[in-house]
Parts: sequence; C-alpha cells; structure tokens
Amino acid sequence: MSIMGTRVVRVEDPLLLTTGATYTEDLRSEQLVGALHLTFVRSPLAHARILSVDTEEALAAPGVVAVLTAADFGRPELPPMMPMFNQAMTTPLLATDVVRFVGEPVAVVLTEQAYQGQDAAELVVVDYDTLAPAVDMRDAARDEVLLFPAAGTNTIMTFGSESFDETLFDGCEVVVTQEIHNQRLAAAPMEGRAAAAAPGADGRLTLWLSTQAAAAARGAIAGWLGLDPATIRVITPDVGGGFGAKIGADPDHAVVAAAALAVGRPVRWAETRSENMVAMTHGRAQVNTVTIGGSRDGTVQAYRLDVLQDCGAYPRLGAVLPGLTLLMGPAVYAFPKVEGRARSVVTNTTPISAYRGAGRPEATHAVERALDLFAAEIGMDPAQVRKRNLVPAFSAPHTTATGAVYDTGDYPEALDRALEAAGYDALRAEQAQRRERGDAKQLGIGISVYVEITGSAVGPGNPHEVADIEVHPDGSATVLTGTSPHGQGHATAWAMLASEETGIPIEKIHVKHGDTDAVPDGIGTFGSRSLQQGGAAVRQATQELVELARARAAELLEANVDDIVVDKGRAAVHVAGSPDAALTFAQLAETERLSVRSVFEAPGPTFPFGAHVAVVEVDQQTGKARLQRLIAVDDAGTILNPLLAEGQRHGGYAQGAAQALMEEFTYDAEGNPETSTLATYPFLSATEVPSFELVGMATATPYNTLGAKGVGEAGTIGATPAVHNAVVDAVSHLGVRHLDMPTTPQRVFRAIQQAQKGI
Amino acid sequence: MQVTTTVNGAQRSDEVEDRLLLVHYLREVCDLRATNVGCDTTSCGACTVLLDGESVKSCTVLAVQADGREVSTVEGLAGADGTMHPVQAAFRQEHGLQCGFCTPGMVMASVSLLKDNPSPTEQQVREGLEGNFCRCTGYHNIVKAVLAAAGSGAKA
Repeated sequence: MSIMGTRVVRVEDPLLLTTGATYTEDLRSEQLVGALHLTFVRSPLAHARILSVDTEEALAAPGVVAVLTAADFGRPELPPMMPMFNQAMTTPLLATDVVRFVGEPVAVVLTEQAYQGQDAAELVVVDYDTLAPAVDMRDAARDEVLLFPAAGTNTIMTFGSESFDETLFDGCEVVVTQEIHNQRLAAAPMEGRAAAAAPGADGRLTLWLSTQAAAAARGAIAGWLGLDPATIRVITPDVGGGFGAKIGADPDHAVVAAAALAVGRPVRWAETRSENMVAMTHGRAQVNTVTIGGSRDGTVQAYRLDVLQDCGAYPRLGAVLPGLTLLMGPAVYAFPKVEGRARSVVTNTTPISAYRGAGRPEATHAVERALDLFAAEIGMDPAQVRKRNLVPAFSAPHTTATGAVYDTGDYPEALDRALEAAGYDALRAEQAQRRERGDAKQLGIGISVYVEITGSAVGPGNPHEVADIEVHPDGSATVLTGTSPHGQGHATAWAMLASEETGIPIEKIHVKHGDTDAVPDGIGTFGSRSLQQGGAAVRQATQELVELARARAAELLEANVDDIVVDKGRAAVHVAGSPDAALTFAQLAETERLSVRSVFEAPGPTFPFGAHVAVVEVDQQTGKARLQRLIAVDDAGTILNPLLAEGQRHGGYAQGAAQALMEEFTYDAEGNPETSTLATYPFLSATEVPSFELVGMATATPYNTLGAKGVGEAGTIGATPAVHNAVVDAVSHLGVRHLDMPTTPQRVFRAIQQAQKGI
Repeated sequence: MQVTTTVNGAQRSDEVEDRLLLVHYLREVCDLRATNVGCDTTSCGACTVLLDGESVKSCTVLAVQADGREVSTVEGLAGADGTMHPVQAAFRQEHGLQCGFCTPGMVMASVSLLKDNPSPTEQQVREGLEGNFCRCTGYHNIVKAVLAAAGSGAKA
C-alpha cells in the first residue's frame, strides 16, 4: 500500500516531547564552550541624533569583556537589499549618527554570563538629541519629516502608474470607495531570534542561526561583513517558529558574527521577548484604498487598489510586498477592468518584512472587504455577489488582468462547498431571527474566497530546490534538503517520499537540513514552497537513485536494465520474475556509494485557493465579537500527509482570526511602542478560537509530479477577511458599513454608537 | 544561596545566585534544556513545570523558592523504559505540536490540568490552557490531544 496521502505521525515528535528540541540557545557544541553572552543596547527613542556613547562604566562592570559600538566595526552601512530601492536608504550595522526606531541596536555588551549582560547594558550611557518622528505611514508619505535626508523622500519605491484612469468607473451604476487598514502585526514566533558564532582555528566562522534559509543568511552576512561566504558555515539548529520573520538573516545576526570575530571568542545571543517585539521585523502594515464599481445586478465592472506600505525604519522585504498585493489584487474575480498602484515608505518604526502570507493576505483582505461593501450598497447577499463575479473553473493556465498566470482552479466549487458545509441558508435565517428579536448577541456571517501565489522564484530563473539522497550499506538512508523546516514536519514528509520510491521504512530515513557545508545552495522554507519544490526535489532525487540502482543491478545481474524491477517490500531490485536473486539498495551501496544529488525546477509558482465562512457572535452591549465557527475549504492540490496539511491550515486560521479580532502592534505619536511585551500585545490564546471545520478539496497542479501546491499560508489569507467580514456583518443592520481590524470590543462598540447617531 | 531540590525524582544541592530564576536553574545548572523561555512577562507558559505537583511558570519563580521542593519537567515525564506519558503520546498522535517550542510547557500544563480535572470538556481544556501560548497549531490539535489523553475524545 502506498504511504502517499496517509496520516503518518511525525518522526520528529518523540524527541521534541521527551527531551525537547535543540534550539540555538540549547546548543552544547564544544565550539561554544566558554562562549560570551551578547546583549544589545537598543535605542529607547524613535528618532534621535546620537551625541555620544559612553561605555566606560559598563566596561568596568563585573564579567564584561567588551562593549562594542559602530566605531569598533568601522561604522559599516549595509547597502539597500534590492536595486529598485532608494539607494540612499542604507542600514547601519549598529547605529552611527541617528537612530530611527525604538529597538535599533546602538551597542553590544559581551559578558561571561548572561545576567551580567543585562546589568552592564544598563550602564552604557547614550546621549540623544531627539528628532521629530514620522510614525504614521500617511504622514511619512508627505515627506515633511525625512528619515534619510540624503534620499530627499521617505518613498523607497513605487509600483504602477502615478495617476489613475479617470474613466475606469464610467458606466457603473454603483461605485463604493473605502480606506481599509491592514494593521501592523508582530510575527512573534515562540522562539525569538538567536545566534551563536564560533571563530575556528582554520579561519572559518561557524554560525548557528535560528533561520528559515541558511544559505541566504550566509550570503547576506558575508556581504554585510565583507567576508568570503566560503569562510562561513551556517548551521540551523531546531527552529521554534518563523512565520517569515526568520527568512535569511537580520543585521543583528551579523553583529553577533562580527563580535565573535572582533574578540576571537565564541559568542551567543538569544533575544528576550521584549527585545523580539521591537527588533524582529513586523508584518502587514498597509493602508489600502479600494474603489469598486458595477451594476445593481451584482456584476462588478471595475476595481482599483491603491496601496500604501509602511516599511518601518529600514527597507526590508516589506518594501516589495505591495508588488504581490497588486499582482493578486483581483484575486478570484473576473473583473473586466483593474488598476492598482503602490508606494512603500519608511517610518520611525520597526522594519517590516514577511509575515505568514506576506502581501497576499492584504490583497485578499482588500478585495473581500470591497465585495462586501459593494454587496451592502446594492443590497445583495454577499455570497451571490461573489458567485456572479468568480472566474469560472479552469484547467488550462488562466492569465489575470494583472498578469498573474493561475495554474488550476475551481473557485465556484470551493465557495459552494464552504457554503454547504456551513449551512449558509440556515445561518442567514438564524441571523434574521436574532435581528427581528433584537437579541443582545447578534450573528455575523463572513465569507472570503481566495487564491494565492505560492512557491515564487527567488531571484532570476524558475523556482527550484535541491535534494540529495544516499542509501547506506546498513540499509538506512540520508536525505539532504534545501528546505528549512521549523515545525512543518519535513523530516516525516520527505522520509515518506523517499520511502515511497524505495521501500526503505521511514524510521530508517534521516532528513538533514540547514547546514551550508552540506547543502550550500538550498533555498529554504518560506512562501509556502517546501513540498511543491523541496518535496518534489526529494522525490526526483529518489527516483534517480532508483534508476541508478537498477542500472548497477543490471550490470551485476547481467540483465537488461529494462527488466530490473523494484521490490519495495524488501527495499531491493531484481530481474522481473527472478525475485530470489535480488539486490537490496543497501547491498548496492556496499561496493560503491549509492547517492544522487538533484535539482528540481518548477515551471512557475502555483496558485492554491479556497473559500472560508466565519460565524461570529457580537454582543451589542459590550462590542465583544466571538468566533463561533470557521468553515474552510483550502485546495492546496494533492495532499501528501493530511495530518501535516491540516496542522498548517489550523495555525493559519488562528493567525488570521487573531488579526481580524485582536492583534495589532501600535505606537504612540512619538513612536514609542505600546505593545512590546506579551502582556500588552494581544496574543491569541486557546479560549479565543473554536475547533475549526475543515472541508476537503484537492485540485492537482501539473507543475510538479506530486500535484502539490503550497498550504502554509492559506489559512491566514482566507480566514482574516472571513472573520473580519463576519464581525461587520453582525452589526451591519445597525448601520455599520465598515470598521477596521482588529475588531476589538471598543472599536465595535464605538462603530455601533456612531452608526446609530448617524455619524 | 544553597538550594536543595528534587528534580525529576533526583535530589540535588547547588549554590546559586539569589536572583537566579528557576527556569535558568533548570536549564543551566541542571542541564535540563527542554523547558523554554518564551517571554519575560509570565504570559506565554513555555516555561511551565510542576512544583510539588502544581504547574508554575518557572520564569517567575526563583530557584531558591524551590528549596526543599520537588520540580518536575517534561524530561521526567516518560517512563523509565522510555514509554511516553499518555499526554506526550496523545500530542504525537494528534499532531499537537509543530515547532515544539511551547510543547514542554504545554505538556506539563496539560498534565496538571488533567490531574485537576480528569474528564474535561473542550471548553475546560481551552480555559485550562489559556496561559500557554502556541503560535503554530491554532490550538486545534492541542485541545484534541488533551481530550484524547483524558480518554474523552469522543465527547469533543
């Protein structure tokens, strides 16, 4: 029986459940014996000139070995990560003359013990002269306060044409426009950032990083520090979550490496949560202005999306995410006319990078809110409006108005399945009854239909990933993968793939990742790419290994290779009809190494899709919205291991619901973070979500032999607008047309009050 | 200060700094590194261990406060023959963990919850684990695992 598509429990788990994983902070490597502890001194101000940094008192504190500032490293400025960015916006490794956000690193303290570092860091005296900050992205876009005066603007880059087509909505009976906030979120993986660096006697630096992409991290750090990448070995220990905020490396990681090289001793760093909340990149942070126009029969004729992206103080991946937002702007809909533009700006806040979905949740959220606004305006059921505008089912590539090429999709079917599983008509009937009775708790039903882009290419060329497989004489096998699991279960899933082709049991297949000496050209895990490219690479490598084994066996058995068959029951090959003279893969590995290295290249990214229905109950007296049900169809192509795929979906739903209901990272007018601990940031707990209702649908993609699309980010993309729409729907009969996320009790309560006063 | 504790059944005595947190004592002095630190405000529960059988957040207990008491961490949960505790086994079976960082604390909190209430409802499990954060699972399979461990999965 095939192992493919079965619920295999994870091979990773026994260790994680009994002795715990080995995260960077848990490392006991001999190379790290006597490691110094690094503590960052970070800016407490959003925008200020540094007048002086006095390290004398800190240097005299117990256990302090060194206190390093930008001057100790030659005041390096890291160039903008992409050529299309405003090139005057460079990032200092450590702050030089100006700090631009609360949390920006100014100095580091190296101590023998961890607690000593916290003591000594408080003794570093930095004299600041405060500058006016640009905190709100809309203020920053006006260029009144400039973060980089030499740039002459706060705009990092723009997308699309500067001016819109004035005739776009000509002929529309109804036109609705709305500014929609997609608020800033903290990625907040349970393990914060961590690094350890050990200079070796051979002149090489070993760097352990909690990262999603070791090779990219190595390249970035080498580039920033002016080192030959060959002199750095990055090793990825177990990683306690990433959600996009651990793609590659941060400048802070390079500081750890530079500090180790400066003092010639191993150095380790694991940030505190309070540090993580202000210094790890944040996500989302867009203001989207949507305009949607059409006829009263529900047909949308034109859609416009105007994106303003807050990028925080230094341009990171966040600056290019509006490109994805615009690409996916029209989403699942066949709008005849679409236009969009975007502007990425710097602000005196924590830099923005990827966070689960990264640019696509924003696109889906904007259009799904727009459709509800349009439906409300014409008085039509939101499900009906969607049905009227969906792209019909297609099996040949579909090119959208924005140039995206969707591989396969059946959006009407996804919506139908979600509505049916939800019992949509009954829900609407119950809602009507509650409204009629004037119940304190009103029902809200929210819908979203989504399509997203997964497995995009990194850099030029087609998306690809590497895999190696070797069978050893003892019958075990080692798989090296370029992906970088941090909870996704690749050790199990990749073993399933290798086992399927060879018959070697999964317990005997060991999956290794994240060591740049072993896999120097791996890409990593982000953008929902791992199974469709990394998994496909493992399958391809294993199939090539089987071919190699057959060829060798043909020679040894003096047979035609075409007559050699695989006996998976014995992990062996033999001449068809002569099973007695079989050679196991292990035997074939005895005389000569049996290993294959393979690169899988996909023709392009894939486009998973789905439909979500959220049911919320809103207490009109308190404004409290409770998520009662979330019904979700997520079509990610063919599923390899339903247990793992469902786990990915669950996590995404929770993060989506959390954005819709609770989470927001906020600053005051001076740029001081207001939510910089887990006591003040509204982190979702088990009481705020129900068990989720998953509905199956699997439309294979032809872009890889597994038929797999990405699933890691689908949950956030679908759930966020569904839950948000549900909350608005619950109070729409009271006159509320829109309220921004997070839909906190206070915000819902105020929206009801204002609607009733006719404001 | 001198602290004498029984950690996972073994008594030990150590000279520690007064301000040393229990979690750092376990990780650095006892070399038991399964218990993680996920925040600095006693919010996330990653550091949950049992102190005299009661769950505590070990980032908010001083090592010296454990003097004369018994500490249990996830490392001490499995049987001597390596058989996983029913809660550990259920977490695996139900895919109640992904990155694993919250897991040791989550498992210990679940053990404590089931000790107090051997047959909880889904809502009671959710409320019982409110102080333990997970960013990966959406809590769905954690709740399932705890209910399965309680032998009340059918009631969920």
